[in-house]
Amino acid sequence: MHRGLFLVSRFLFPRWSNGLLPLIVVVGGIMPVYVVYFVAFGFSPKTLEVGYQPVQPVPFSHALHAGELGMDCRYCHNTVERAGHAAIPPTQTCMNCHTQIKPESPKLTEIHASYESGLPVEWIKVHHVADYAYFNHSAHVNRGVGCVSCHGRIDQMEVVYQAMPMSMGWCLDCHRNPEPNLRPVSQLTNMAWGLEPDLTEQDLQMIAGERAKVLDLYHISPSENCSTCHR
Amino acid sequence: MSSIPVDPHSGSRMTDNTENHPGAREPLVLNMDRFSQVTQQVCQVAEARRTPMAWYICFALSLGCLGVLGFCVLYLILTGVGVWGLNNPVMWAFDITNFVFWVGIGHAGTLISAILFLFRQKWRTGINRFAEAMTIFAVICAGLFPGIHVGRVWVVYWLFPLPNQMEMWPQFRSPLLWDVFAVGTYFTVSLLFWFTGMVPDLATLRDRAKGKIQQIAYGAFSLGWRGSNRHWHRYERAYLLLAALSTPLVLSVHSVVSFDFATSQLPGWHTTIFPPYFVAGAIFSGFAMVVTLAVPAREMFGLKNLITIRHLDNMNKIILVTGCMVGYAYSMEFFIAWYSGALYEKFAFLNRAFGQYWWAYFLMVGCNVITPQLFWFKAIRTSIPIMFVLSLLVNVGMWFERFVIIVSSLANDFLPSSWDVFVPTWVDIGTLLGSFGLFMVLFLLFCRFIPMIAIAEIKAIMPQADPHFDEHGSDDHEAQEETKGEVTS
Repeated sequence: MHRGLFLVSRFLFPRWSNGLLPLIVVVGGIMPVYVVYFVAFGFSPKTLEVGYQPVQPVPFSHALHAGELGMDCRYCHNTVERAGHAAIPPTQTCMNCHTQIKPESPKLTEIHASYESGLPVEWIKVHHVADYAYFNHSAHVNRGVGCVSCHGRIDQMEVVYQAMPMSMGWCLDCHRNPEPNLRPVSQLTNMAWGLEPDLTEQDLQMIAGERAKVLDLYHISPSENCSTCHR
Repeated sequence: MSSIPVDPHSGSRMTDNTENHPGAREPLVLNMDRFSQVTQQVCQVAEARRTPMAWYICFALSLGCLGVLGFCVLYLILTGVGVWGLNNPVMWAFDITNFVFWVGIGHAGTLISAILFLFRQKWRTGINRFAEAMTIFAVICAGLFPGIHVGRVWVVYWLFPLPNQMEMWPQFRSPLLWDVFAVGTYFTVSLLFWFTGMVPDLATLRDRAKGKIQQIAYGAFSLGWRGSNRHWHRYERAYLLLAALSTPLVLSVHSVVSFDFATSQLPGWHTTIFPPYFVAGAIFSGFAMVVTLAVPAREMFGLKNLITIRHLDNMNKIILVTGCMVGYAYSMEFFIAWYSGALYEKFAFLNRAFGQYWWAYFLMVGCNVITPQLFWFKAIRTSIPIMFVLSLLVNVGMWFERFVIIVSSLANDFLPSSWDVFVPTWVDIGTLLGSFGLFMVLFLLFCRFIPMIAIAEIKAIMPQADPHFDEHGSDDHEAQEETKGEVTS
C-alpha cells in the first residue's frame, strides 16, 4: 500500500518530549488514585473535625468538675437518659453551687451576668451531628453505651474538644460491632471504666464478660438500615 | 488501464453498485483512480475554508436544542426531580427511556467497527468512522440521564465504588451498578477504538494543514505518527486487539441494561428474553440512526462515492434482519405471558397493548415491526428518500419501545389502588429534545473537523490496493467488464 503521504515529518513531537512519557505515565496512573484517596481521607471528618476546640464564653473546666471533683455528667446534662438531646445546662444549674462556692471568682463574670439578665450563656456547640442524621442519646445511654465512647475523656479536658470523627463510617463501626463500646449502665458516666492503666489479665476478662452480658441483656443488634438514622 | 467499473451502456462512471455478479466483487469505492484522490476528497471537508451553509443551519438548530437541554437540566437540579412528570408507581419514565434509547443507538457503531471488522466485511470501512463517532456521542447522551435522574446531582459520584468516610459502597448485587460499569467500559473502549483508528488520518490532516493551530492540534492528536512500518505494524495489532475487546461489548452492554428491568419482579420487566431482545433492538435502532445520519452527511459533504448505495443497502438489510428479531421478541413476550399462566404477567401484556398506553404500543409495533418489512424490496432499500423516512420511523419506534416497556409496566403494577398515569411535563420533553441537540452538536463538530471516512482503511479496499493490480493486463479487464455487461443487460 502506498503510504508515502504519511512520511512528511514537519509537525512531529520534538525529541525532548520523549522524556515526558514516563512523567505522563506516572501522573496519569497515580493521579486518579491519589485524588480519590486524597478526597476520601483528606476531606474526612477524621481529618477535618477531630480536635475541634472552640473557645467557650466561660472558662469552664470539665477536667476540674467531672474529673477532679467527680461530678456525674448527668448532674448538668440531665436529659440524656430520657431524651434524644443531651441538655446544655441553664445558668441556674451553675448557680446551684456557685452561690456558695467561689462566688467571687472572676471566671464566673459571664455566669453572673447571665443569671442577672436572664439571657443564657452562648455556649458553642462542639459535637455536631448533621441535620439529616437522627441521633438519640437515650437510645444509646440506656443500653450501655457510655459517654466516653463518643465524647472521649471529657474528664481530662480543660476545654472540651471533639475527640472522635463523628462520621457515618465511625457510627457504622460501632453499629456493626457494638460489644467493645458496651458497659454496665451503672458505669455509664465513669470515663475511666475499662481504661484504668493497671488492669490485670483477670480484670480484662471480667470487663469483656461485662460487655458480653450487656449485649445479651438488652438484645443489642444495632440496625444498619439507612432509615435508622436518616428518617 | 484502471479497473474502475464503467457502465457498459452509457459509458459514464458507475454509481449503482448494488447488483451482485457471481465471481466479481462490486466496488465499494466509486470513481477513484488514485489513492491521493481519496485523501483529497475526505480531507477537503475538514480543510474547507468555507463551511457549507447547511452545516451552519443544522449547527444553529442543534445548539438551540442544546441550550434547551442546559436550561432543563439546570432547572431540574435547582428544583428537584419533581419538575418531571414522575409519580408514585411511575418512578422511571422519560429519563430512563432516553438512557436506554441512547445506549441502544450506540450499538451499531461497535457492531460495524468491531464485529464487521473481525468478519472482514469490507463495506464497513466506508461507514465505520462516523458510526463509531455516533456511538461515542450517543453514549455521552445516555450517560447524562442516569446522572441527572438521581435528583441530588452533587452526590452522583456515589454511583462509583470510591472509598469514603461513610464506609458506604454501592450495592454490588444491583444491576444498576453493573450498568455503571458496563456503560463506562463501553465508552472507554469505544473511545480508544475510535481514536486508535483515527491516528493515521489525523497525521494526514496534520501533514496537509496550512494553519499553525491546525498543525499543532492535529499534530498533538496524531501522537507523532510517521507512517513507518513499525507504526503500521503496531497500529494494526492494536486495532485488531481493540476490535476483539469491543466485540463482547456489543452483546454485553445492552444485556446489562436489560438486567435493570429483567432482574426486578415487575410483570412486563421480569422476562428472560430481555437480554437478546434488547441487543437486537439496540442494533436495529443503531443502524437506523447510522442511515439517518449517513444520508444527509454524504449529500452535504459530497461523499456519495465513498458511502455508496451499496453501503446503505447493506445497512437496510441489517435493519430488516434485526427488525424481524424485534418483532419475534414482541410476539414471544405475548406467547410466554399466556403460556406462563401467571395472572399478573397476562394482565401486564394485555394492558400493554390495550391499556392506557395502547397508542404507544401500536406506534411501536407499526414503526418497529411493519416498517422494516418494506426493506424486503430492493427498490425501497436503495431509495434514498424512502430509507431516510423509514430510518426515522424506526428511531421513533425504538424510543417508544423503551417508553412502553418502562411506563406501561410501572403504571399498572400489582396493586390497582396504586395505579397512576404518567404525563410528561415540558421539562421531560425539553430534556428529550435537548439530548438530540447535544448529540447533533457533537456530530456536526465531528463532521467539520475530523476525517469522516477512514482514509487509510478505505484505500485498502480499493482495487488498486491489490498487490497484483498493476500486473493485470488491460485485456483481462475488458473481458471481465464485458461479462458484467452481459449479466446486467
